[in-house]
Amino acid sequence: MAMKKSTRERVGITILAWVVAFLIFFPILWTFLTSFKSELDAIAMPPKFLFFHWTLENYLEVQSRSNYLRFASNSIILSIGANIVGLIIAVPAAWSMAFAPGRWTKDLLMWMLSTKMMPAVGVLVPIYLIARTLHLLDSLIGIGLVLLLINLPLLVWMLYTYFKEIPVDILEAARMDGASLLNEIVYVLTPMAVPGIASTMLLAVILSWNEAFWTLNLTTSAAAPLTQFIASFSAPEGFFWAKLSAASTLAIAPILILGWFSQKQLVRGLTFGAVK
Amino acid sequence: MATQQTTTAGRILVAPSVILLFIWMIVPLVMTLYFSTLHYSLLDPDNVSFVGLANYTSFISDPNFIAALINTLVLVVSVLIISVCGGILVALLMDQPVFGQNVLRLMVIAPFFVMPTVSALVWKNLLMNPDSGFFAWIAHALHLQPVVWFTNWPMLSIVIIVSWEWLPFASLILLTALQSLDEEQKEAAALDGAGAISYFGYIVLPHIARAITVVILIETIFLLSVFAEIYVTTSGGPGVATTNIPFLVYKQALLDFDVGGASAGGIIAVILANIVAIFLMRMIGRNLEG
Repeated sequence: MAMKKSTRERVGITILAWVVAFLIFFPILWTFLTSFKSELDAIAMPPKFLFFHWTLENYLEVQSRSNYLRFASNSIILSIGANIVGLIIAVPAAWSMAFAPGRWTKDLLMWMLSTKMMPAVGVLVPIYLIARTLHLLDSLIGIGLVLLLINLPLLVWMLYTYFKEIPVDILEAARMDGASLLNEIVYVLTPMAVPGIASTMLLAVILSWNEAFWTLNLTTSAAAPLTQFIASFSAPEGFFWAKLSAASTLAIAPILILGWFSQKQLVRGLTFGAVK
Repeated sequence: MATQQTTTAGRILVAPSVILLFIWMIVPLVMTLYFSTLHYSLLDPDNVSFVGLANYTSFISDPNFIAALINTLVLVVSVLIISVCGGILVALLMDQPVFGQNVLRLMVIAPFFVMPTVSALVWKNLLMNPDSGFFAWIAHALHLQPVVWFTNWPMLSIVIIVSWEWLPFASLILLTALQSLDEEQKEAAALDGAGAISYFGYIVLPHIARAITVVILIETIFLLSVFAEIYVTTSGGPGVATTNIPFLVYKQALLDFDVGGASAGGIIAVILANIVAIFLMRMIGRNLEG
């Protein structure tokens, strides 16, 4: 509020804001701290905040015991690979919808959006059976295909809203200068579209990385990404909090950093342009 | 403006996306519909017969279904209330010009990027464990009996975890909406001597009403499908205390191998989601006109 505030009020609001933000962030911070504790320190009562023996052994153990890197590389391959293929399919579609809209463009967009509203359990049974028949259970191709398809409507939509913002006049000027369709795409459109494509990719990668319905149901080990790896901690033996924390920190750190860069796109992407 | 050449090219460019999505959604959905009329168990795959609506009647008359339906509604409504009301407060707070504003925003949005299996297990163990969890320590410090979260309050525990995941989303969307509030309007309100409450009620709330609606609709779509959090913490238990519709369908399909029954459940989930989706689609569609 732009109303004048006393210094006291402002200090109060600042403190309140920091307390609230800290409380919301605390579980992540606590996980991070716990990942450097020994298993005994991790369950110590009262909890140890900063003064414990800091160790990296959990990180080493998570790798040596359960081959963390294989799950991590599956996550990377799936979230990047599926969405690169997704972009190859979605960019042309969004381009033509934005610049050469037909009579059905709006209906098509709405229909694509509607597929996103379909709850996954509605198609769990047939998708599972199809994957089983085609030997695509626990295969990178199988789960990658699913991740590609659940993100495709979002990709088309986000790209569409970005492309829509590119001024049409520029295209017409290029056309007047005799640029062919190909030239138009390569020299005029691409440079203007790259930022939008990049942010779309960013959000899509984040969503695929964290997808936890299909990855839990269609993978078991060979193609399992980090969501499944973390889930394996739900029925552990012995002390495991520090190891769980180390694995969790590794699983969320890269995406947290990417996510922080993509706040704006997140709003646009997740609300399908309804809030900008 | 569009020439014949470009519209033809346009159709070709759109085709792959449309065809893929069609195969992905319509085909399996039709299969689900078809399966839902069959007696079809994976334990006895040779003995498949048409049973009409029997799967639906047995799914709906199953007491677990009523429990799951109520659980689903409790989960969706509670998380909505917590995340939207909390989100408004957090967004208002983050909109203030305070020291370190950018860092604060990063901290508030962070939980949204945490994968569901991580948030669920971290909360269940590190925070909510009744012996050595962080909350137990707070309880001890206050000379209270620690809460045995997942045994005594299973649904509440899930609600808390899922709310933590979605509060940042609501805050971020509402903050974005708040930031587009006109400076002049703010100043005019200040000049008119509007108090904080009337300022909020007459200026802020109407301005973000649309964003609130969007948050509610989008969250509802996702909350109707909460799965991983339940899968890794309670497996729907104790009993069916935390079984929602997605988890019930999953159990019926992949644990009981009852294809027919699970398909009927899937169709019911689709119908539930569509009721919400229609409203959301209308709002977004209206936006598309502009």
